[in-house]
Amino acid sequence: MATVEYAAALNLALREEMRRDPRVYVIGEDIVLGVPFGVTKGLAEEFGPERVLNAPISEAAIVGSALGAAMTGLRPVVDMHFADFVTCAMDEVANQIAKSRYMFGGQVDCPLVLRMPYGIGKSAGGHHSNSVEGWFINIPGLKVCIPSTPRDARGLLKTAIRDPDPVMVFEHRGLYRAVGEVPEEEELIPLGSADVKRAGSDVTVIATARMVHAALEAAELLAREGISAEVVDPRSLVPLDREALAGSVAKTHRVVIAEEGPMRGSAGAWLAWVVTEECFDDLDAPIARVAGPNVPIPFSPPLEAACTPDSEAVAAACRRVLK
Amino acid sequence: MQAPGPDQLLEMYAAMLRVRLFEERARELYAGGRIPGFIHLSVGQEAVAVGVCAALRRDDYLLSTHRGHGHLIAKGGSLRSLMAELYGKATGCCRGKGGSMHIADASVGYLGANGVLTAGCVLAPGVGLSIQMRKTDQVVVAVFGDGAANRGPFHEGVNLAALWRAPAVFVCENNRWASTTAQAVSTAGGSIAGRAAGYGIPGVTVDGNDVLAVFEACTQAVARARRGEGPSLVEARTIRWLGHYEGDPQLYRGKDEVAEGRSRDPVAHLRQILEERTLLDAADAERVEAAVRDEIDDAVAFAEASPLPDARSAFEDLFAHYPWRD
Ligand SMILES: Cc1ncc(C[n+]2csc(CCOP(=O)(O)OP(=O)(O)O)c2C)c(N)n1
Ligand SMILES: [Mg+2]
Repeated sequence: MATVEYAAALNLALREEMRRDPRVYVIGEDIVLGVPFGVTKGLAEEFGPERVLNAPISEAAIVGSALGAAMTGLRPVVDMHFADFVTCAMDEVANQIAKSRYMFGGQVDCPLVLRMPYGIGKSAGGHHSNSVEGWFINIPGLKVCIPSTPRDARGLLKTAIRDPDPVMVFEHRGLYRAVGEVPEEEELIPLGSADVKRAGSDVTVIATARMVHAALEAAELLAREGISAEVVDPRSLVPLDREALAGSVAKTHRVVIAEEGPMRGSAGAWLAWVVTEECFDDLDAPIARVAGPNVPIPFSPPLEAACTPDSEAVAAACRRVLK
Repeated sequence: MQAPGPDQLLEMYAAMLRVRLFEERARELYAGGRIPGFIHLSVGQEAVAVGVCAALRRDDYLLSTHRGHGHLIAKGGSLRSLMAELYGKATGCCRGKGGSMHIADASVGYLGANGVLTAGCVLAPGVGLSIQMRKTDQVVVAVFGDGAANRGPFHEGVNLAALWRAPAVFVCENNRWASTTAQAVSTAGGSIAGRAAGYGIPGVTVDGNDVLAVFEACTQAVARARRGEGPSLVEARTIRWLGHYEGDPQLYRGKDEVAEGRSRDPVAHLRQILEERTLLDAADAERVEAAVRDEIDDAVAFAEASPLPDARSAFEDLFAHYPWRD
């Protein structure tokens, strides 16, 4: 095992897959120097400018061209720069990428990856802070994963690149500098495989990305109060590991779902429905949710903090469902 | 076109200095941890902001960019509420909700900096439509960078404005770089102004370090817009002295470019013109600078003394009509 940062683990995954498969290329704004998060740093030196394409600021063409290339035999990995700017390529994602295979009656594969640096933090303001994974689970035809650790990031990105379908990888920008162990040998983590990040018996916290870490902190706090929380990370939202979620709930009978984006119409809302559907008879309390408020992310630090769900909020929700 | 008179030239000089010194101060304050988030400064590019805004009236509209402090200052916005916004204070122009990248001051027609590049280009025809329907003789200017010019909304916005003969001016602030990417390797054809031909509107390229050249081109474009003859495109070529954002290590460019920028300092250039025309001597220059420094000190003191917003205000301003239920 090597201890590496989340950004470096993603970089490793890109290198491994680019070495393995000459059809893989990366494209995005400022990716040769790896700006702003360092994920693509050094790739141009190893793979050359033909496979590390610094694009103009033309999101629709970046994403659309990736689909064109994917339908005709290449395997593009798009760096969205900030997930927020996917709005500038929304038709390409929602209508073209998500639907082409289906509407062509299965004639073509669309093997492409959209890397989505997202999330709240450091007063980046309303156009650079959004957690938009929920938008995409509402679009049939997209696979969506959301790794919380360097190991998961590497293993999921590799799987995403090999997948025959479009996969979005949501990378929380607050995690890029987080460190964790990554195996020396190659590791692929299948989509649709949840991971229990901490075992417990009293309450299941289903959390994604940064909120996994908030949930782990909350579990520490709760342990001191004699409450044993299990933290389950779905790792991918589409496909979803329903069995793993249900297995945990069968043990704990109480559920808290934690995410960062706004409460309404979100991934967490979908997860709550899935838990209800799968585990209604197991539940001893209504499901509690932790999410951001339904406002854009404000700039000023106290306002941003007021909109940032944290470990305290997770712990409070756990106490609530255990009352 | 009437050449600017002595008073207007002196006003432009003060405005250039206001932008320059404000940005330098913001830089220090950011380095000192007083300003949160990210800031993009316009040092070296003052002639664009001032040349454009000197051609506008207070009631004209301006759609700005992520590098927008100078545009707001040149449009006549309050330094106090601008600085307080950069600080994230409750007294900021956006009550702390916006920050550097999202400053807005509707009182001077400044319809927002923008965190999303090129967004203003498609708002411009709508502002123009509003001006037409309300039958005022206002004008709207959309500013965007050389990098932003490569997004689709540039083309959609210019086309629609041209179709509608909207009273709009599109100003490309071409500082050669879009973050780490040179304009030369990202823009086919090289010229932004040249695209105007495709839409049948005037397009000119000007020295964006020469405030009088920017002013003249914009004055013509604005006059045309006010006459109801439709939009124009102005490409102002300039040089950014600092990083793309504060903290940018600038690994992508050498020092000579900044040296070139400094050797063609737009503020010094205007000062030289004023001196040559004996409109300004050393003592005057000192007075102007001292007055501008006072304004900036006052803005900083105001921002420092202002309270942070109450956390509850995060939930205000979303809708005009309350109460709202989730
Ligand atoms: C739609 C969109 N894509 C990408 C970005 C990220 N970004 C912010 S500034 C910038 C470079 C902009 O270059 P340019 O338009 O030339 O303006 P300059 O920074 O030089 O003033 C980039 C890529 C963004 N803010 N919005
Ligand atoms: Mg530029």
